[in-house]
Amino acid sequence: MNHLLRVEEPGLWTTVQDLGRPNAISSGVPPGGAMDRFAHSAANLLVGNGQGAATLECTLSGPHLVAEQSCLVAITGADFDPHVNGKPVSTWTGVFLGRGDRLTFAGRRAGARAYIAVAGGVNGDGWLGSMSTNLMAARGGLHGRSLRAGDVIDIAGAPTKPTISGRRMPEHLRPDYTDRILYAIAGPHFKRLDLDGRRLLFNAEFTVTKDSDRMGYRLDGPQLETSGTELLSFGLAAGAIQLPSGGQPILLMADHQTAGGYPVVAAVVSAALPIAAQLLPGDKLRFAEVTFDRARQMRMALTTALDSLRSASVR
Amino acid sequence: MPPLRSTSRPRIHPLGDTALLAELGTRLDTALNTRAIALATALKKRRDVRQTVAGYASVTVHFDPDLITHEALGAAIKRLAAKRPPMHEPGRLHRIPVTYDGPDLEAVGSMLKLPAEKVVEIHSRPIYRVFLVGFVPGWAYLGPLPEELELPRRHVPRTLVPAGSVAIAGRQTGIYPLPTPGGWHLIGRTPVKLFLPDSDPPCLFRAGDRVKFFPTKA
Repeated sequence: MNHLLRVEEPGLWTTVQDLGRPNAISSGVPPGGAMDRFAHSAANLLVGNGQGAATLECTLSGPHLVAEQSCLVAITGADFDPHVNGKPVSTWTGVFLGRGDRLTFAGRRAGARAYIAVAGGVNGDGWLGSMSTNLMAARGGLHGRSLRAGDVIDIAGAPTKPTISGRRMPEHLRPDYTDRILYAIAGPHFKRLDLDGRRLLFNAEFTVTKDSDRMGYRLDGPQLETSGTELLSFGLAAGAIQLPSGGQPILLMADHQTAGGYPVVAAVVSAALPIAAQLLPGDKLRFAEVTFDRARQMRMALTTALDSLRSASVR
Repeated sequence: MPPLRSTSRPRIHPLGDTALLAELGTRLDTALNTRAIALATALKKRRDVRQTVAGYASVTVHFDPDLITHEALGAAIKRLAAKRPPMHEPGRLHRIPVTYDGPDLEAVGSMLKLPAEKVVEIHSRPIYRVFLVGFVPGWAYLGPLPEELELPRRHVPRTLVPAGSVAIAGRQTGIYPLPTPGGWHLIGRTPVKLFLPDSDPPCLFRAGDRVKFFPTKA
C-alpha cells in the first residue's frame, strides 16, 4: 500500500514540486520546480530524503491531511502555523504522524510558500525528468494540477534511511525571510537604463503586485525607462528582472517563459531566490547590487546549512 | 587580406550567478543563428554547463557555479567562438499545411495594400528557418518573413489565440502551439501539433530546422 496522506482540504494552491526540469527549457518548457529550493531541500533532508525528492508546495494556506499510515514529515518555508491533531507542531523539524493523525494549518503567520516533505518522497507523475507540476501542459505532479479534496498522496519509495523525528534546522541556519533585500547582479541591458534609472533600480522600493505567480512577479515602483532598439529574443533564467515597455519590472520565477525580447536590467542571485519565493502581493522589496564573490559566499552559506542536516542524518 | 569569416568576439553578460548570455550579434541573420546553435551545442558538452539555449544571435548558458566562475566560462566561450564552427547539417524540413482563413488576413492585406491571395502567396513562398524555440512550450520563431509582409504587432493583443493559429509580426512568422494570449496577426491555421507533451523533446520544431508552409482548402 503506497497511500500515505489523504487530502481533506487542499489549501489555496498546493502542488507537487521537486527541483524542476532544467533540460526542458530548450523546448520552451519552463524549468519549474520548488520556488524556495532551500526550504524544499531542507524539508527533504529533515526526513532523510535526498534533496531532489518531490514535496508539496503550499501557497498562502496549508492543506488538511490525514495520515493513511504512519510517516515522518517536515514542514519548512513559510509559517502557516501547523498542528497535528489540534496541537501546534514546530516548523523546520521532523514530525512523526501516526496512522489517522491529522495535519492542519491554523493560518499564515509569515511567508508565502510552505513545503511538506514526507520520508520516502511524495510520488507524482514524471514528465521530462521531473515530477514538478506544469499547469500549461497539464503534466507532472498530481495529473498536472493542484491538489483537490479527496486526493490521495502516495509515497514514492520506502524511506532509505532510519527516520527519526525531532531533527531540527536551527534558526540561525535558515534564510532571514524578513529581510526584503534581493541581491542581484547587473544584467545584459543594465546600461540601457539612464543614470537615474540605474540608481533607482538598486535603491528604490518596489511592491509585489497581485499580478504575481509562479511565472513571475510584476513589481510596482518608480518608472524605469530603457533606450535602444528592439532586442532579438534570447533565453531567460529565473531571477532575471525584465523591463517591458511599460516601465514596470517583472521578476522571473520558477515557471518563467524560457525566452523573451524585453531588456533584462539585472538578475537576482540564486541564494536570494528563496527570499523572493516567500514574498506575496503587497510586500515591499529592494534590489541591492552584489559581486560574484558575495553571491558565492551567500550560496555557500545555504549549502553549508543543508549539509549540516545531511551529516546529522547518519548519526 | 581581411579574414574570410568575421569572428567578432561574443559579448558576455551575467544573468545572475548561475547563467550568462553570450551575445554574438544584434541582427536577425541566418549565419549568426547558425553560429549560436553550433556554440550552444558545443557548450552543452562541458561538464560545468547544465543547459544551453540558442537565441536568435546569442546563447544563454546555465552553469554550475561550484565548478566554474562566470569569468572563466566567459573566456572559454570566447575561445570556442573564435574557432571555425563545424559544418552544420541543414535542419530537418517540415511541410506544414495551412488553411489561410485567419481573422486578420483581410486586415493584413489592406494594411499592406495587397490582395489576400497575394499575402498567402508571399507567406507560403519561402523556406523559413527555426531561429529559436522558446517562450511557451513548442513555440518557434520562424523567419525571415519577406519584407513585403512586415507589420508591427497588433496594438491590442488578443487575450486568447487558438492553438494552431499561423501568425506574422515584424520579420517573423510562427504557429501558436497552445491557446495563449498573443499580439501577432492571425492569417491562417494548421492542424499540425507543435507541442507534443508525450514526446521527448516535446516539440516538433528544433532550432535550425526548416519549415515550408503550403496552402490547403478549408
